[in-house]
Amino acid sequence: MQVAHAHNGHPGHGEHAHHPSGIMRWITTTNHKDIGTLYLVFSLIMFFVGGVLALGIRAELFQPGLQFWRPEFFNELTTMHGLIMVFGAIMPAFVGFANWQIPMMIGAPDMAFARMNNWSFWLLPPAALLLVASFFVPGGATAAGWTIYAPLSIQMGPGMDLAIFALHIMGASSIMGSINIITTILNMRAPGMTLMRMPLFAWTWLITAYLLIAVMPVLAGAVTMLLTDRHFGTHFFNAAGGGDPVLFQHIFWFFGHPEVYIMILPGFGIISQIVPTFARKPLFGYSSMVYATASIAILSFIVWAHHMFTVGMPAAAQLFFMYATMLIAVPTGVKVFNWIATMWRGSLTFETPMLFACGFIFVFSMGGFTGLVLAITPVDIQLQDTYYVVAHFHYVLVAGSLFALFGGAYYWMPKWTGHMYDETLGKWHFWLSMIFFNVTFFPMHFSGLAGMPRRIPDYALQFADFNMISSIGAFGFGLSQLIFVYVVWKCVRGGEKAKDRVWEAAEGLEWQLPSPAPYHTWETPPVVR
Amino acid sequence: MIGKGMRLFGLAAAMLAAGTALAQYNLPEPQSPIAREIYDLHTLIMWIIVVIFVGVFGTMTWAIVRHRKAAGHQARQFHENTTVEIVWTIIPFLILVGMAYPATKTVIAMKDTSAPDLTIKATGYQWKWGYDYLQEGISFFSTLATPREQIENRAPKGEHYLLEVDNPVVVPVGKKVRIITTANDVIHAWWVPALGVKQDAIPGFVRDTWFRADSPGIFRGQCAELCGKDHGFMPIVVKAVPPEEYAAWVAEQKKKMAAAALDPAKQWTLEELKAHGEKVYAGNCVACHQANGMGVPGTFPALSGSKIVTGPRQAQIAVVLNGVVKEGKPTAMVSFKHLSDVDIAAVITYTRNSWANKTGDAVSPAEVKAQRK
Repeated sequence: MQVAHAHNGHPGHGEHAHHPSGIMRWITTTNHKDIGTLYLVFSLIMFFVGGVLALGIRAELFQPGLQFWRPEFFNELTTMHGLIMVFGAIMPAFVGFANWQIPMMIGAPDMAFARMNNWSFWLLPPAALLLVASFFVPGGATAAGWTIYAPLSIQMGPGMDLAIFALHIMGASSIMGSINIITTILNMRAPGMTLMRMPLFAWTWLITAYLLIAVMPVLAGAVTMLLTDRHFGTHFFNAAGGGDPVLFQHIFWFFGHPEVYIMILPGFGIISQIVPTFARKPLFGYSSMVYATASIAILSFIVWAHHMFTVGMPAAAQLFFMYATMLIAVPTGVKVFNWIATMWRGSLTFETPMLFACGFIFVFSMGGFTGLVLAITPVDIQLQDTYYVVAHFHYVLVAGSLFALFGGAYYWMPKWTGHMYDETLGKWHFWLSMIFFNVTFFPMHFSGLAGMPRRIPDYALQFADFNMISSIGAFGFGLSQLIFVYVVWKCVRGGEKAKDRVWEAAEGLEWQLPSPAPYHTWETPPVVR
Repeated sequence: MIGKGMRLFGLAAAMLAAGTALAQYNLPEPQSPIAREIYDLHTLIMWIIVVIFVGVFGTMTWAIVRHRKAAGHQARQFHENTTVEIVWTIIPFLILVGMAYPATKTVIAMKDTSAPDLTIKATGYQWKWGYDYLQEGISFFSTLATPREQIENRAPKGEHYLLEVDNPVVVPVGKKVRIITTANDVIHAWWVPALGVKQDAIPGFVRDTWFRADSPGIFRGQCAELCGKDHGFMPIVVKAVPPEEYAAWVAEQKKKMAAAALDPAKQWTLEELKAHGEKVYAGNCVACHQANGMGVPGTFPALSGSKIVTGPRQAQIAVVLNGVVKEGKPTAMVSFKHLSDVDIAAVITYTRNSWANKTGDAVSPAEVKAQRK
């Protein structure tokens, strides 16, 4: 891709002059880079809040017996860990990347709806506040699991209502963010950048944004029905009133399964940017990567009931959802094969972004394998709601989404800050994360196979060894993340000056901009030939 | 630096190895035909995965080791190859078809609950299981038998910590047992890993599953669906016995039930009621209201010094029988009318004469019976 006419915003344009400074700059900003930063900082804070809750869980599970928490508080911890990590950490982090990168990568001056962009972000802190505040209302936070299954969620105290409102608000934020991303990508690409010449990160986000628009209203509907069941005498999920508790699960997972792809597809995009750069050769199959992403997105709408193999569906339904779920392995396999074919006969170097990308491919594939095991209905019935499932989704969400996010952060941080990060510390962060991640979650496969249910505060003695190892790993993993905070802090403050094209073989419009990227970029669009 | 990392890794590996001696690394030994099919399916898939793993990550490792810039490797700028892409789409698809075939057979076998020799209804309650043997007319509750002292680390933990109950489900070996599940309050799941059964128990709906135990033994499982605070404390124990022993057990249970039915006529003393009530309290009430009767402030009310417990007895009987409904919504205090008159009378007597409560009242089973709607 060549840019014929690169008229970038020169620093010193005087653009800061019209903007308030200090806190008001951040509250009133409509700049995609500022908003991207806000999203990323917000998600990092929520990542640590959710992480502290996880350590609360692992502390209790270090040994059998009840040591620290009452069982109801333990359930609050597991529930809020899930909600905060999914809606507060992973999803906003990807939106942060989209805000920073998509305009720079497609040659647009900003997001399509700059004011709405500000609003999408500023909805999040109140939602997070509702979630955290719910710990302090009578009865505490909701303890019905992040899946908030009825009728258990109907029994909960006011903490449940706060969580419902938080989900409404975060859903609204996600929908607005998605509308913004879709409009930006479809209407504001630089001349010459056809859809099939777009960077894969933009492609994966385009597809993700459609998924979000399709399913967030479904979640909003489910939690609204829950709210009216709780307070206004409806009986959507109450058999005594002619409702059906399983209906909630169908609606929830119709949202929930696409949701898990919402959390991984932009990660695929990031990995697809990193691997070619450090292999010094183009992505092996660009178009098949696009088609694979679209296939995964479409399939995600017809597999939801594989979360419900034990509710007692008829055999025909179980078989349909088993076959559909197994099919997902095909496009996912295509992606993994493509990344490896891209590395094959390349000229590989292993800076921190590439380490995280390789770690991602390796560990995410492990999660893919256990996903295949769980797709097989009879095996799933044995393993459903056990620690095997906990291991599976942490392999795809932590080693998948989170490692992709870290990889992306190290990859683009020099462009954002204008400084190189500390490579040694970055490598330490990767290796410690990788080792402790596996120490934490690998033994969970065994405790799950052996029969340990998830979401229990105390367990039978045969699970004690695995749990102790998991708990040690979890604390190691949690502490290792402090390195990342320090690296970011250090990189923002100073460091070796980053080149415009930070990485030797990096391709794409963002690398033709100065480092750090000026406040306004691509005010005149580049022409892509 | 690297050395330190390696040592840390070595430590973790050593700990994993230490775990080997004590813990198992696979599904529990299957004890029923379906469990065996599940076990074999899992083994088959694991081998397929191992082969794919070695192939894919062997290639990736080779590239990482050999195709490094540091090793002087030049990048070959090849990309896009339709043949390769079709091959790596078709081959995984064929492997999946190979996996789906045996799995389909097992799904159909698991769903075939027809012609059972014996049908047991399992009802999930917060937080215990109730069992009804539909043909035999036997009914009982099965609650956690692990003492609170062990859970709260005041006593050493027993061998079957958290996996032991007062009344196990007894079934005959070699017979097809159909389990019908339902629930009283929220969704629970009836799960016994060694028998290959897990079925959600859904309030207001009936679902079923089945198993056939291969040989005599005691098989332990747990509730598998989050059902509130004591989700981790409602185990399932199935005792498979030879048919003769089963017949004897049925006869004994019927005798016991008949004896229990006569009970209301018996004159109970305050001390007898209190002693029996303490057991009922431990099985049904202690999880929320606590052993010291103080409840959990803000969540579960205290019984010690409670106005209801020290007030008119009819009001307390009504609460226990019908539960508490606030603003049209059921609360955590659900109805306990499934307990016998004797149990309810005893537990009320116990609460009225324990901790700070000194009413001296002995509530008779007849009073409870009179208030049943």
